Amino acid sequence: MSFTLKLGAVLAGLLGLAIILLTFERPPVETVQTGFRGVALGNVANPRLQPALAAANQVPTPLPRVPSAGPRAGQTYQNVQVLGELGVIEFARTMAAMTAWVSPQQGCGYCHNTANMASDEIYTKVVARRMLQMVARINAEWKPHVLETGVTCYTCHRGNPVPLNVWAENTGPMRGEGFSASSNGQNLASPVVGDSSLPYDPFSRYLDEAINIRVQTPDPLPAGNRQGIKDAEFTYGLMMHFSQALGVNCTTCHNSRAFSAWDQSAPQRTNAWHGIRMIRDINHNFIEPLQPIWAANANGPASGPHRARLGAHDDPLKVNCTTCHQGVNKPLNGVSMLRDYPELARITNIDAPPPVRQ
Amino acid sequence: MAMLSFERKYRVRGGTLIGGDLFDFWVGPFYVGFFGVTTVFCTLVGTLMIFYGAAIGGTWNPWTINIAPPDLKYGLGLAPLKDGGIWQIVTVCALGAFVSWALRQAEIARKLGMGYHIPVAYGMAVFAYFTLVVIRPVLLGAWGHGFPYGILSHLDWVSNTGYQYLHFHYNPAHMLAVTFFFTTTLALSLHGALVLSAINPPKGEDVKTAEHENTFFRDTIGYSIGTLGIHRLGLFLALSAGFWSAVCIVISGPFWTHGWPQWWNWWLNLPIWN
Repeated sequence: MSFTLKLGAVLAGLLGLAIILLTFERPPVETVQTGFRGVALGNVANPRLQPALAAANQVPTPLPRVPSAGPRAGQTYQNVQVLGELGVIEFARTMAAMTAWVSPQQGCGYCHNTANMASDEIYTKVVARRMLQMVARINAEWKPHVLETGVTCYTCHRGNPVPLNVWAENTGPMRGEGFSASSNGQNLASPVVGDSSLPYDPFSRYLDEAINIRVQTPDPLPAGNRQGIKDAEFTYGLMMHFSQALGVNCTTCHNSRAFSAWDQSAPQRTNAWHGIRMIRDINHNFIEPLQPIWAANANGPASGPHRARLGAHDDPLKVNCTTCHQGVNKPLNGVSMLRDYPELARITNIDAPPPVRQ
Repeated sequence: MAMLSFERKYRVRGGTLIGGDLFDFWVGPFYVGFFGVTTVFCTLVGTLMIFYGAAIGGTWNPWTINIAPPDLKYGLGLAPLKDGGIWQIVTVCALGAFVSWALRQAEIARKLGMGYHIPVAYGMAVFAYFTLVVIRPVLLGAWGHGFPYGILSHLDWVSNTGYQYLHFHYNPAHMLAVTFFFTTTLALSLHGALVLSAINPPKGEDVKTAEHENTFFRDTIGYSIGTLGIHRLGLFLALSAGFWSAVCIVISGPFWTHGWPQWWNWWLNLPIWN
């Protein structure tokens, strides 16, 4: 063997060793069994990564509780449209909490003209009002998904004026058209589908349009099932997103021997089914109606942050599972902030069509 | 039982690994040997345990008989007989029978003055099974990670284990294993077609020789690996398929807990294009 060949073999060996040692994890790992023994249903997790994940999803210290005493905010202040039922001290506490959750750096001025707090001249105040109604809607109507834990502004915002985990329509990079083959919105490693090359915008189909996931037919020897491989791959892409968002795997909800069979699925799947409808409700009835306001302020208010409020196709930044979950199967490790801020659940003026649960 | 004319040549004494002359005899056409006895013993006990498990399992439908491993809560300890203990005994018996069989193959190879190719090749399949039911469960900390013994139930295990890592086709060792399996079948089909064509000439023509076979592949793909080489290649492809199958399952869990597509991030993040 020539020297060059030997050198090449050694270098290739070292490279292979580096890939093996640097890219994998190691035992021990934590496994949880959720099904009958031997069926391999359950979660697999690296215990050395769990503390950092838990620390990144801590709730902030709640503000001291205040009595619901004194005159109502709606009678004391002008132009209080959704929080008018609150006492003035409760109202002040809620405003302070919202500032800490959404615009800790910008302060009250992110939404208010501080010389005239009642004014709607800064658009973010109109958005915030709609978002308060959205929070009330989720906590009132979507208990099948959020249970009694509920949500607050912080569940999504985490101290950011624009939540970090949002999506907009993605038609992919520019490419040749005409007779050239289409990539059908896939074949690019995309973080939204767990770094796979599955379709990189499953959200437009399932979380904006209300397309149902009906790939598997329940009939033996089926005729007339028009679902194709494309539908399966878009579905798979959406499910990859679910798994990534919650830090779980497919078997958390499904017994993969029959993905579609409800009687073989875990109860979590029912919760996820309601979650899909909840996200559509949020996107259709609360986010998308605000599009003209964002279009008029495409880079945010004067006080910043100057970040795009619309996607590449002028659609608003919408919600998916990661918006709240952020890597854990129960957002904020399952701690209920709503319990500390019951004021948010007292909003009755929601002003939206009834939720669709089909 | 009558002996074939050439059989006497192979019935030679000695070459045993254990037991000396004790079991060095034939029953009809079958060599016994110490490991033949242990094979039969382990097979019998294991099979009877499976029948016992089936009898208390509620079904005699061969598709749905299920001998399941213990719950994960038993860890690497012994489980109650009816709660995974049967699976543990069957596993011990299966490994005993498989290893005995490989050692019996080794004894026969020694008698015939052959190399150990056959026990080594068979040993790769045993190694893959050993990986599934011993190495990986030990690394994960519970016998319950072994696969259940049942026609449909083991398929459920395979499917769910794959989906625990979101998309198993992105498992690099699975990619290698699948590629080797397909290449094995391709090589075998090419080889089989070639041999059958060479020895079945049209009426009136002579049977073709190895040189004719070599010429066929030199003409079609520019290279012929040769009559001996194709068998070495076949062995390499088949053993590689089994080896990488074992690797692909042992890295799923003990050495990777996320979706397999995510593993490729090191590639996506190489400073060359990132």
